Amino acid sequence: MLLGTGESSAGGAAGEAEMPGGGLNVRYAETGYNLEIDLARGNVERVETDPELTRLHLGGLGTNARLLWDRVPPEVDPFSSDNPLIFSAGLLGGTPAPGANRTIVSTFSPQTLLMAYSMMGGFWAPELKHAGYDKVIIRGKSPDLVYLWINNGRVEIRDARHLHGKGAIETAEIIRRELREPNAQVAAIGLAGENRVYFASIEHGRSSASRGGIGAVMGDKGLKAVAVRGTRDVNIARPAEFMEHCNDVLRYIQYREANPIKGVPPILAGIGSPQEMAIIDEEWHTTNFTWGNARTRRKDFWTREVEEKWKESQEGVRTRLISCYNCPMKCGATISVPGLPTYMMKCYSKLTYTMAAFSDLDFGFRIAQRATEYGVDGYSTPQVMAFALELYEAGILTGSDLAGMPHDNEGRFFWLLDRIVRREGIGDVLADGTYWAARRIGNGAEKFAHNNIKKHEQLPLKLGMLNPVYFLMYSTGEKINITQIEGQFPQAPFATREEREDFVKDWIQVPDEKFKQYFLDWDPRGERSIPYYPTIEASCEIVDWQERMHYIDDALGICAGLSSFPLKPPYHIHNFPPIISAATGMDIDEAGLTKAARRNRTLIRAVNVRRGMRRADDKPPEDHWKKRFPELEAELLDQYYKFKGWNNQGIPTKESLQELDMDYVSGDFEQRGIIASE
Amino acid sequence: MSKIRKMVKTIKIDVDKCNGCRACEVICSSFHATPKYSSNNPARSRIRLIRDPLKDRYLPVYAGEYVAAECMGRDKYIIDGKEYEECDFCRASCPSRGIFKDPDSGLPLKCDMCEDDPALKEPLCVQWCLADALVYEEREEEVEEEVKLGDVEVGLQSLLDKYGLSEIEDAFTRISRKN
Ligand code: SF4
Ligand code: SF4
Ligand code: SF4
Repeated sequence: MLLGTGESSAGGAAGEAEMPGGGLNVRYAETGYNLEIDLARGNVERVETDPELTRLHLGGLGTNARLLWDRVPPEVDPFSSDNPLIFSAGLLGGTPAPGANRTIVSTFSPQTLLMAYSMMGGFWAPELKHAGYDKVIIRGKSPDLVYLWINNGRVEIRDARHLHGKGAIETAEIIRRELREPNAQVAAIGLAGENRVYFASIEHGRSSASRGGIGAVMGDKGLKAVAVRGTRDVNIARPAEFMEHCNDVLRYIQYREANPIKGVPPILAGIGSPQEMAIIDEEWHTTNFTWGNARTRRKDFWTREVEEKWKESQEGVRTRLISCYNCPMKCGATISVPGLPTYMMKCYSKLTYTMAAFSDLDFGFRIAQRATEYGVDGYSTPQVMAFALELYEAGILTGSDLAGMPHDNEGRFFWLLDRIVRREGIGDVLADGTYWAARRIGNGAEKFAHNNIKKHEQLPLKLGMLNPVYFLMYSTGEKINITQIEGQFPQAPFATREEREDFVKDWIQVPDEKFKQYFLDWDPRGERSIPYYPTIEASCEIVDWQERMHYIDDALGICAGLSSFPLKPPYHIHNFPPIISAATGMDIDEAGLTKAARRNRTLIRAVNVRRGMRRADDKPPEDHWKKRFPELEAELLDQYYKFKGWNNQGIPTKESLQELDMDYVSGDFEQRGIIASE
Repeated sequence: MSKIRKMVKTIKIDVDKCNGCRACEVICSSFHATPKYSSNNPARSRIRLIRDPLKDRYLPVYAGEYVAAECMGRDKYIIDGKEYEECDFCRASCPSRGIFKDPDSGLPLKCDMCEDDPALKEPLCVQWCLADALVYEEREEEVEEEVKLGDVEVGLQSLLDKYGLSEIEDAFTRISRKN
């Protein structure tokens, strides 16, 4: 237990230390090397990286996006051997900064055809850093199934034919055993990835990189797993100063643990990823989110009996709450369902299967075990299955399409899951996700693929009144997943002025005092309520702040659960610059960090614009809100684009690109006629 | 030998509370870097989390004395139905396993309770274990005086065990001449 006074400040207090006089080649926080692997030629290279790119893009998602921009012309198909699959640690990954453990996986998505990036927690990225690399960049395809074994300076491409069809968790166990390296960290795909299911995930113990179908790209490359072990140092530029900040962060974590936010549901009161494994009270999710194929809201669902039963289910299978590398938050759990192999779970997948099937937690825990071994996304998969059953009820899919399907509801979900990951019969169609499946099925099936943004399944949430802040986030977020865009600013206004005043009192995370005013003035009803309040201008700023923090995390490899996602997190715009400066020795202030985040954000937009993304794609699911306001929405988009330095098609302008040192982007845009040349 | 009063430092390890985060390894290795906190590397930590998540085995173990040879007999524990591997509970820096040795030099590592000047209030692994799986306690006791080997002696002893006296003498002479 950290000896602390429980003070509420995680910022400031920079100690003083000499910068150790390392040689010219010493890189701090990052290793300065990437592994470049060509699976077609079996070639492995260790390549020194350009420190200038770190200055511009920090690392992680930022430098991943730069690589994709530089190397991948827009016509490259996600299943082409020229589509790289990048596993990256963040700039702070593997340093003692708490929660600096994210692995950022980037490639092009077979489902959205845009850049896919998904982050996973756990232990993989720090291990990669200790092996001496910031990224593993994989291109080409192997004719036979292989896995990578990165053991410090030794890198092998190994035969994985014996792992064909093996579960993702099972695969990791087998690999550790055969390498006799219990400390190796493994990221693996299951059957879904091998069969290029468009929502296949990459699994890593308690964590997974699930969104955008990146597991399918890994499978397409014939790559079953990447195992890594490292025993080298990660260096810190200004050690004493850096450690002071780490201790402040830990103290603030303790303070927040002791002081949950008042006036919000328990799931939003703390820090960390949503504490799904610890919390039993699921009233908020089960009564606000929709069931089935993102259709039915059950406002009276949560009763005493349900709570008792779910409590029993959860406590019966949960053996231990577990953390990621160097983080105290315990967002995951080990789950042992009697009669099934043990697996680990985190977050919301506890409820997605349950709610898609109108079932209960017992079912949820059982099917999630199979889904984890198969390696599929816990958001998309249940929805795809519920979508199929809706089509069946509507007579669009018939008995012959679903020949052999059991009669009981839960049995059907297991049956569909098995078909999908094997791409058998109707499973082959469904494996492309609801958007593409609906087009193949035809007959009005498109109407049933109603919960997508940019062809990608979303959280099952349907609400009444348009919220301007959420409208912008849903429409424009390149992550295409709301939990990776939102955060920081409360999702809904607090009922009374007193509660709001109480909330803003110790709100040290705001980039500017005006955000407090926006929140204080925000009423549940009346003139200053949604959809017209926060005002358009305020909405742009709120969205920009929330998004900025995610882009910073994703470049640094810090878990959103300690930073961009929860209210009043330990990391924020004020303490990040001194932390980054002390770790890397590269002096950066709030303006500099904001600019780097903006640069990364703009670059990802540019990558997608070059692949054809335009304003028409920037929209939420049609039925996300019952009450829509087309004029207001158009105005919101116009203003937000302007605020971001984009034209009214959502394309970054030449001026804004120049400001961000990205003339190479505008040059390319001009050449391709995406923007007019002079 | 005469009796002296000595502070006994204990770390109580509650394995049920461990969440597997390895913060203890991170901070220990960082503290022992030269200069202090200038690098980190769990492989150099003097506490190691022996872990097997799917079997729910989480066992923080502290590096103890260096031993020249492995044990003749091994123990295997089963606790609450969970089977632990041979040597899991052992603190020795021993030739039979990779942990508690510096990954570069192979020299033994030993927990020194974060000896520092001025002394820390609590060892750092304890401070960074927010789960309270590691809890520090100290008490005074009367014990026989002992000769304590410093880090250099322990390291040298392990080199002697590995290469023999004459090899070490030769190397020592060579190095002295070079310098
Ligand atoms: S907050 Fe939770 S998900 Fe994030 S690093 Fe910590 S334990 Fe992992
Ligand atoms: S810091 Fe504590 S909870 Fe984390 S691994 Fe070490 S003993 Fe376990
Ligand atoms: S007490 Fe100090 S030296 Fe010993 S294991 Fe803990 S951090 Fe390392």
